[in-house]
Amino acid sequence: MRLDSGPDLFTLRRRPVSDKLADRGFRWLTVALASLVGLVLLGILLTVMGGSRQAISAYGLAFLTTSNWDPVGDQYGALTAIYGTIVTSALSLVIAVPLGVGTAIFLTENIIPTKLRDILALMVELLAAIPSVVLGLWAIFVMEPFLRPFLSFLYTRLGWLPVFSTDPQGPGMAPAILILVVMILPIITAIARDSLLQVPPELRQAAYGIGTTRWGAILQVILPAAVSGIAGGVMLALGRAMGETMAVTMIIGNSNNFSWSLLAPGNTISSMLANQFGEADGNQVSALMYAALVLMLLTLLVNVLAQWVVRRLSLKYT
Amino acid sequence: MHTSLSPQAPGSRIPAASAGGFQRGSLTFRPQLSRNRWNAVLTGLAGLATTIAVLPLVLVLAYVLIKGGSLISFSLLTQLPPAPGLEGGGIGNAIVGTLLVTAIAALIAIPVGVGGGIYLAEYSSGGSFASFVRFGTNVLAGVPSIICGVFVYGLIVSTRIFFGQSYSAMAGGIALAVLMIPTVIKTTDEGLKLVPQELRLGALGVGASKMVTITHITLPAAFSPIATGIVLGIARAAGETAPLIFTALFSPFWPEGVFNPIATMSVLIYNFAIMPYQAQISLAWAASFVLVLMILAANLLARWLSQLARA
Repeated sequence: MRLDSGPDLFTLRRRPVSDKLADRGFRWLTVALASLVGLVLLGILLTVMGGSRQAISAYGLAFLTTSNWDPVGDQYGALTAIYGTIVTSALSLVIAVPLGVGTAIFLTENIIPTKLRDILALMVELLAAIPSVVLGLWAIFVMEPFLRPFLSFLYTRLGWLPVFSTDPQGPGMAPAILILVVMILPIITAIARDSLLQVPPELRQAAYGIGTTRWGAILQVILPAAVSGIAGGVMLALGRAMGETMAVTMIIGNSNNFSWSLLAPGNTISSMLANQFGEADGNQVSALMYAALVLMLLTLLVNVLAQWVVRRLSLKYT
Repeated sequence: MHTSLSPQAPGSRIPAASAGGFQRGSLTFRPQLSRNRWNAVLTGLAGLATTIAVLPLVLVLAYVLIKGGSLISFSLLTQLPPAPGLEGGGIGNAIVGTLLVTAIAALIAIPVGVGGGIYLAEYSSGGSFASFVRFGTNVLAGVPSIICGVFVYGLIVSTRIFFGQSYSAMAGGIALAVLMIPTVIKTTDEGLKLVPQELRLGALGVGASKMVTITHITLPAAFSPIATGIVLGIARAAGETAPLIFTALFSPFWPEGVFNPIATMSVLIYNFAIMPYQAQISLAWAASFVLVLMILAANLLARWLSQLARA
C-alpha cells in the first residue's frame, strides 16, 4: 500500500480477466465472421474450377467456340449458351438504359408533383422485389402469347435478316430479352435516380440562371455530372442480366441448336445450368461446371469494370 | 448592336435599363422556338419511359392478384399438391417449406452478416484485410444466384456431408444464406457508420469495454438500418429459385425435417408452370399470389423500419 493513497475514489480498478477475455473473444469472433466472406468466395471459385477441370482438359478452348451439346455422344461445346448470354444481356441493356435513365429523369426533375413522383418511384422499386420466377410465369402465360403476332410480323416482313430468320413458335430469345428488360429496369432507374439526386443543386440553379431550358440543363449539366453513378448502375445491371436465371429459363426455350435468329429458342449459360445440372452426371457435370466458370468470369469482369468505371468517371464536388 | 427601349414603348414589360438591356419580347416564353419544342418532346419521351417502366408492375400484379387471388381458399393453403392429372390439392407444404428454408438462411446469414459488418465498421482501421472483405462482399453480391446453387451442390449435396443425405432443406437454406450475407454485411457496415462518434466515446468514457459499447450502444442505435437490410435480404431470399432447384429440390409431401428434400413456393412455381396440367398451372398462380403478397409485405415493412429512424 502506498503511503499517500487517497480515498477509494482514486484507486484504479482493474478490469477482471474474464471481461478482457470476452472483449478480445468478441473481436476475434467478428474477424472470423468477416473472413467467412473470403472463404465462401474461395469455396465458390474452387468448387467451380475443380469441377470443371475434367472438361477443360477434355475440350479445351474449343468448348467456347463449338455449339455441339451432345450428352449421348459425350461432346460438349457451349457456344449457343455463351452467344445467348451475351446477346440477351446486351440487347436488354440497349432497351433498358434509355427507358431507365428517362424514367429516372422524369422522377427527379420537377416535371410532376413530388407526391406523384414518390408513388411512381415506389412502384418501380417494388417491381424489383417481384421474384423472377413469378415474372417467368407471367411471361409464359401472358407476355409471350401477346407478343407472338408482333414477332410473327417481324418474321414475315424482315425475315431476310438473319436475326429474324425463323418463325416464332412460342418461347425464344426475343421474349427472354423483354423479360430481362423488365428485371433490370428497376436497377438502372434506382441507381440513375440516386446519382441524379446527388448532383449539387447549385449546378442546376446556375444552368437555369443563365437561361437554359429544362432539357438544356439536364443534357448538358446534370447528366454529365451524374454519369459515373449511372454508368456504374448500368454495369451492375449488365452483371445481373447475365446471371439472371429463372425468368429466362422459363421463356427462352432451352434449345442447344445454334441460331442467329432472335425469334428462335436459345439458351443462356444460367438457363442451361438450371435445366441440366440436377440430372447431369459424368462429363456433363464437368462441362456444366466449365460453363459456370465462364459465366462467373464474365460477371466478375463486368462487376470489376463497374467499380473501375465509377472511379474513373466520377467528378468530385466540394 | 441593338437600340435601347423607351420606357413608354407599348407592350414592353421591361423598363429600359441601359444600352445593353433586353430586346423587346426576349423574356416572353415562345413555344415555337425549336429549343422549347425539343423541351416538350423530351419531356413527353421521359413520361413515356416512365409509363413503360411502371406498366409491367401493374400488369404482373394485376394478373397475379386476379388469377392467383381468385383461387385462394383454405383447402388450397393447407393441402398437398395433387398427383399429375388429378384435380384439386394445395400448396400447404410449399408454404411451410419456404418459411423453413428462409428461416434457416436467416439464422445463418444474420449472425455472419452482422458480425462481419461490426468488424468492418467498428474494428477495422482501413487496412488491407478490411478492403479485401469489402471487395469480397461486392464480388459475392454480384455472383449469379445459380452459381451459389452450384457451389452448395458441390460442397454439400454431392458430398452428402449431412448424415449421408444429398438434397436437403439445410442445403437450400445455406445456398440462400450465401445470397443474403453481402446485403446484411453492407447494411450493417453502413448503418453503424451513421452512429455518431460521440456515443461511442461517451460509452468508452464511462468505462464500458469495446464489446459492451458495441452490443449495448452502437448496435441498438443502428437498429433501424440494420433491420431494414435484414428484412430486404429475407424478402429477396424468399423469392429466389435458382439456388434451390438442385439443393433443396422439391417434394410432394409435408416437410420431413431439415435433412430431407423440401418443397418451396418458388420451385413449385417453376416446376408446375411448365407442366401440361391445368391443376398444376393453377397452383403455380396461387403460389405466386402468396409469394408476391409475402414479399411486398416484407418490402413495405422494410420501408416502415427505415422511416422509423428518420422520425
